[in-house]
Amino acid sequence: MKLADTFQFAYGSLRGSPTRTLLMMLAMSIGVAAVVVLTALGEGARRYVVNQFSTLGTNLVIVLPGRTETAGIGPGLMSGQTPRDITLDDAQALLRSRAIKRIAPLTVGSATLSRGALNREVVVLGSTSDLLEVRHMSIGIGKFLPAGDINEGLSVCVLGNQMKQELFGNEQAVGQWVRLGDRRFRIIGVLASQGESMGMRTDELVIIPVASAHQLFNTSSLFRILVEARSRDYIEQAKHDAEEIMVQRHSGERDVTVITQDAVLATFDRILTTLTMAVGGIAAISLAVAGVLIMNVMLIAVAQRVKEIGLLKALGAPGTQIRMLFFAEAALLSTAGSVAGLVLGYAGSMIIGQIYPTLPVSPPWWAVLAACFTALGTGILFSVWPARRAAKLDPVAALAGR
Amino acid sequence: MIELQNVCRTFTVGDQQVTALRDINLRLDPGEYISIMGPSGSGKSTMLNMLGLLDRPTSGTYLLDGGNVTDLNDEQQARVRREKIGFVFQSFHLVPRLTAAQNVELPMILAGIPVEERKARVQVLMQNYGLSDRADHKPDQLSGGQRQRVAIARATVMNPTVLLADEPTGNLDRTTGWEVLKLLEGLLEQGITLVVVTHDAEIGARAQRRIHMLDGRIVSDEQRTK
Ligand SMILES: Nc1ncnc2c1ncn2[C@@H]1O[C@H](COP(=O)(O)OP(=O)(O)OP(=O)(O)O)[C@@H](O)[C@H]1O
Ligand SMILES: [Mg+2]
Repeated sequence: MKLADTFQFAYGSLRGSPTRTLLMMLAMSIGVAAVVVLTALGEGARRYVVNQFSTLGTNLVIVLPGRTETAGIGPGLMSGQTPRDITLDDAQALLRSRAIKRIAPLTVGSATLSRGALNREVVVLGSTSDLLEVRHMSIGIGKFLPAGDINEGLSVCVLGNQMKQELFGNEQAVGQWVRLGDRRFRIIGVLASQGESMGMRTDELVIIPVASAHQLFNTSSLFRILVEARSRDYIEQAKHDAEEIMVQRHSGERDVTVITQDAVLATFDRILTTLTMAVGGIAAISLAVAGVLIMNVMLIAVAQRVKEIGLLKALGAPGTQIRMLFFAEAALLSTAGSVAGLVLGYAGSMIIGQIYPTLPVSPPWWAVLAACFTALGTGILFSVWPARRAAKLDPVAALAGR
Repeated sequence: MIELQNVCRTFTVGDQQVTALRDINLRLDPGEYISIMGPSGSGKSTMLNMLGLLDRPTSGTYLLDGGNVTDLNDEQQARVRREKIGFVFQSFHLVPRLTAAQNVELPMILAGIPVEERKARVQVLMQNYGLSDRADHKPDQLSGGQRQRVAIARATVMNPTVLLADEPTGNLDRTTGWEVLKLLEGLLEQGITLVVVTHDAEIGARAQRRIHMLDGRIVSDEQRTK
C-alpha cells in the first residue's frame, strides 16, 4: 500500500466518524493552544523586563557606597567604621580607566519647587551633562545641563515633562526662573515625556548640576555613580577598574559595591526564561492528557471497526499495514489538532496583547515547535497500543465480529 | 493447485478442546468447481478459512502451487491472499463508508496499484457486473443482490486463482441468489477455482465436485461424470 493511499484511507475513516474526530482534535488543540498562550505570556514578561533595563541605559555599571558582603564580615564593619562616602573627585577619577566611556554622578534629594504661589514637593536629581546619554533620556525643549567644570554649581535646572505642565501649563518655561528650596534656578530645558522606567518617573524630576545639589542638600557625597562602559565587551573591565580605582582612593578598603546591569539583567532573564519553560511544561501536560484521550477513543474505534479490520486482512493487508493505518490516523489528527491549536494560541496571545498593550506578548519559537512535536509525539505514541491491538486481531474472529 | 495434507484444527475453549477439522486430505485442481455441504458445525467455514489462509492448521501442511504456505509469516501470507485468493461472504462485508466503486478498488489500494490502473479496472468490472449506475452509491443504498455483486467484483478484481464463497446466497432471496450464483459460475470460464460452501442441496448439486463434511471429516467426495 502506498503512503499517500494510507493517509487517504486514514483520512476517510476519520471523516467517517466526525464527532469522534472533532473531539480528539479539540483535546489536542487545547493542549497546543495552552502551551502557546502561556509561554507567550512568560516570554512577554521577560521581554518587558529586558526592555525596562535597556531604557535605563546600555553597558551600564553602577557604583554604590557601602559594601554588601555575602560571606563573612567586611573589614569596615570589623573596625566599626561606616563606609566612606563617594565624592565627586572619586567619580572623576573613574575616567582614568580606558574601559569607561562616560560617567554620571548622581545625588538625590527632595525639595520644594515653587513658582510664584504654586509649589510642589519634588525629587531633585543632581548630575552632569553626560546623564542624558548614560540614562538614555531625551530633551524636549531647550538644552540639558551644560558640560563644563563638574564642581561649578550653576543655577540652572531641567524639568521633567510633567513638572513643567504642572507649573507652567502651556506657557513657555525655558528661560523662566523657579525657586528650589532657598535658591533660584533658571530653567534651561524640559525633558521629553518618557513614562516610567524601572520605577523612576523621569517626568516628575527636576535635574540640576551635581555641585548645586550638594550645596542645596548640604552634602558632599554621591548617591551613586552611573558608569557607561566603552562597549559591551568592556563591561567586566569597567567593573574591575572602577573597583580598583575606588579601593585605591579609599586607602585600600573595599567599601563600595560595583554592580553591572548586565548581571542583574542576566539573572532576570534566566529566572523568567525558566519560568516560561516551566509554565510551558505544565501546559504540555494537557497534551499528555489529550494523548490518553486519543488512546481511549482509538481503542473504542478498534472495537467498533473489528469487522473492517478483519476484512482488510482477508483482502490481503498484513498486520504492519493495519498498524500503519492507525498511525496515519493519529498523525493526521495530531497535525490537524496542532494547526488548530496554533491558530487558537496565536489568536489568544493577540487578544492578551490587546488587553495589556505594555506586555510584548509573543510565543517563543521554541515553545511553538515543542508544542507541535509533543502533540505529534503523544498522538502517535498513544496510538501504538490501539494500533498493535488492531494489527493482532485474528481475521476469522474479526470478520465474525467477535 | 491446492493441497491439504493431514490438516487438523483444534480450538481451545476454556479447558475444552473443540476439533473443527480432523485429518483432512484434499486436493483442488485449477478450474475446479467444488461445493462443500454438511450440517451446521461440521467444519465447513473452518475449512474455507484454512484454504483462504485466514486460519492456520494446528497440524498438517498446506501446499499452494507446490509451495508450503503453512510456514509463511504474516506478511507473506497476506501477500498470497492479496494475489491468489478472493473471498465472498454471506454477509457481504462491504465497508459502509466507502462507495461501491471504492469497495471494489480496496484490494488494489492494498496491493499498491497505481490510481489510473485502479480506476480503469474498477470501471470495467462495474460494467461487467451491471453496477455502473450504482458506482457512487454507499452499500446501505444498495439491494442485497447488488451488494453481493459488488463483493464479487471486489473478490475478483485482483484476478485470483481461487474464489472462496461461504454461503454466498445465504442472505439473499431465491431469485437473487440464483443470479449471484450464475455470476460466480461465470468466473469458471476464466479458469478460476471456485469453492462454494452452502446449505442448499440444489445449489450444491450444481458443482462438478461435491464434498460432504460431518464432524470435521470429509465423508464423501463425488465427481460428477458427464
Ligand atoms: N473460534 C472458534 N472457537 C471455538 N470453536 C470454534 C471456533 N470456530 C469454530 N469453532 C467450532 O468448530 C466447529 C466447526 O465450526 P464451523 O464454523 O467451521 O462450522 P460450519 O460447518 O461452518 O457451521 P455452519 O454451517 O453453522 O456455518 C464448530 O463446532 C464450532 O463450534
Ligand atoms: Mg459456517
